[in-house]
Amino acid sequence: MLADRDRIFTNLYGYQDWGLKAAQARGDWDNTKDILAKGQDAIIDEIKASGLRGRGGAGFPTGMKWSFMPKESKDGRPSFLVINADESEPGSCKDREIIRHDPHKLIEGALVAGYAMRARAAYIYIRGEYIREAWRLEDAVKQAYDAGLIGKNACGSGYDFDVFVHRGAGAYICGEETAMIESLEGKKGQPRLKPPFPAGAGLYGCPTTVNNVESIAVAPTIMRRGADWFSSFGRENNKGTKLFQISGHVEKPCVVEEAMSIPFSELIEKHCGGIRGGKDNLLAVIPGGSSVPLVPAAEIWDAPMDFDGLKAVGSGLGTAAVIVMDKSTDIVKAISRISYFYKHESCGQCTPCREGTGWMWRMMERLRVGDASVEEIDMLQQVTKQVEGHTICALGDAAAWPIQGLIKHFRPELERRIAEAGNMAEAAE
Amino acid sequence: MRPRGVRPLMADRYLEPVTPELRERWGAFAFTPAWEAKAKEQISHYPEGRQKSAVMALLDIAQRQVGEETGTQGWLPVPVMEYVAAYLDMPIIRVVEVATFYTMYNLVPVGKFHVQVCGTTPCWLRGSDEVMETCKKRGMKKGHTTDDGLWTLTEVECMGNCSSAPMVQINDDNYEDLTGERLDAVLDALAAGETPKAGTQEPGRHTVEPVGALSTLTAMADANHDYRGEW
Repeated sequence: MLADRDRIFTNLYGYQDWGLKAAQARGDWDNTKDILAKGQDAIIDEIKASGLRGRGGAGFPTGMKWSFMPKESKDGRPSFLVINADESEPGSCKDREIIRHDPHKLIEGALVAGYAMRARAAYIYIRGEYIREAWRLEDAVKQAYDAGLIGKNACGSGYDFDVFVHRGAGAYICGEETAMIESLEGKKGQPRLKPPFPAGAGLYGCPTTVNNVESIAVAPTIMRRGADWFSSFGRENNKGTKLFQISGHVEKPCVVEEAMSIPFSELIEKHCGGIRGGKDNLLAVIPGGSSVPLVPAAEIWDAPMDFDGLKAVGSGLGTAAVIVMDKSTDIVKAISRISYFYKHESCGQCTPCREGTGWMWRMMERLRVGDASVEEIDMLQQVTKQVEGHTICALGDAAAWPIQGLIKHFRPELERRIAEAGNMAEAAE
Repeated sequence: MRPRGVRPLMADRYLEPVTPELRERWGAFAFTPAWEAKAKEQISHYPEGRQKSAVMALLDIAQRQVGEETGTQGWLPVPVMEYVAAYLDMPIIRVVEVATFYTMYNLVPVGKFHVQVCGTTPCWLRGSDEVMETCKKRGMKKGHTTDDGLWTLTEVECMGNCSSAPMVQINDDNYEDLTGERLDAVLDALAAGETPKAGTQEPGRHTVEPVGALSTLTAMADANHDYRGEW
């Protein structure tokens, strides 16, 4: 188990004050000027060496992403850092804890990352429903300005850097990086076609990098303790510590920072009091937020909770939002409700997603009660394949994968419901 | 157009028709000095000429001012959207697009308390059906406002409180770790004009730590512990 001294988010549960003084006493903003003095390339190299991969779901190497930003502006355009705090993936609830309990880690990270990528300013895009959290973050930003930590000559480094909070207003799709940029520009959050990629033309047509809150907030600690320290946790290619969020049928749901690659069983038994009703009562787990396919009990139990370990069982780490379902769960309803979520959140831009998410949800609702024929399971599978990969952004994929996971692992249950409903219809005649 | 008086589900969104009465009530809408100061502060966050980036913030501010004037959570009549459009020098249709795209902008009047029950899978697994039932037992109906103007009920999608599920958001506050009984207590308090404690309703729980004994960070519970000495 990760030792407390190696946890980055020490005020995760908010027992202590979130404010600047208390955060400084815990080690934040400690001589940030020295970190910046190492220089842009040294910071990017250190983050690359740490093995940090993006914590927002896709797992792209963070240091490499930063290195895509232009080293100098040839045409006078400024660069921007956009921080994705639009945490809306069902199961995910980690960025909220960072923002309301350790906001200065995020703001210091914004400066370090923004400086490394030579950005003029950071916009923190926080989901609209995080109302108190956004106000808390605004207060923390103000504290940082008043103390001279950001703004003109940030931390006495000679570098000018602004941090702004931008509130969303209820749209899951704005968590997609180009939709977020559209939304920041004051438009509907509909994803853009790539290329051009944001690092070439993003916010206001300027070079932009979009990073998740957790990816940014861990950067200062990595710089202080070194890449070797961070990469001493987790397996090769899956380094570091990570906030896991466990929900559903465990005795004690919680958010906890652990080493990457911790086995599922250890995560659940050390921190969550085990599965409700015991290990044998586990049915299935959605290990990375609603978008990733579910994994049946037998396959998840010993799986390492990291990018490669969950890929090996046909799923993904995503945001490390672990949704646990015990044997009392109507598994078809659980997935159908996720289908409804994607139907609700489709932005309507691409036809396969706009039409497909609604169609898939209606089909799932029929399968839930067995009002279907067995061939329709195959038809549903085909439709998910026609949506997946045929849309501008990954929402179509995210809507398809949970259903594919259900069919792969629970097809007998779907067929059982169809047979049962058929028998009842016959009996009625 | 839908017949007046029929309130569809919130997901099924439509604009309140612009009647002469509506225009008369809201045609002269303008920010009060206090709200205008907030609007100007928001606009200052964006580069010169990019003021329309502030449209989301200004719609929120406008909705809150309408809420203040009507004793509700607030909503956005078309004349108010027109005011925001003029304020930011945007075509009205661009503002309407934004207001209709994002679900937190209320397009029709709502009650004093907007009860938003999360029904997505993580909350559903922990008992959101019971939470919804509790609301319905008190006379609330999804997508409707009760006759006394106190409650508007909406089922919403994942609110990001999954480790303290199930939850509702009522206006600016979240109430987490709910049961039917705990929600009833919250709603009773609100109806009585009190301010119930927001956050988790689980006795003894602070935020999202495991209930009972802490599994990590025990030194933080009583003091602002600095771990650097142990690095």
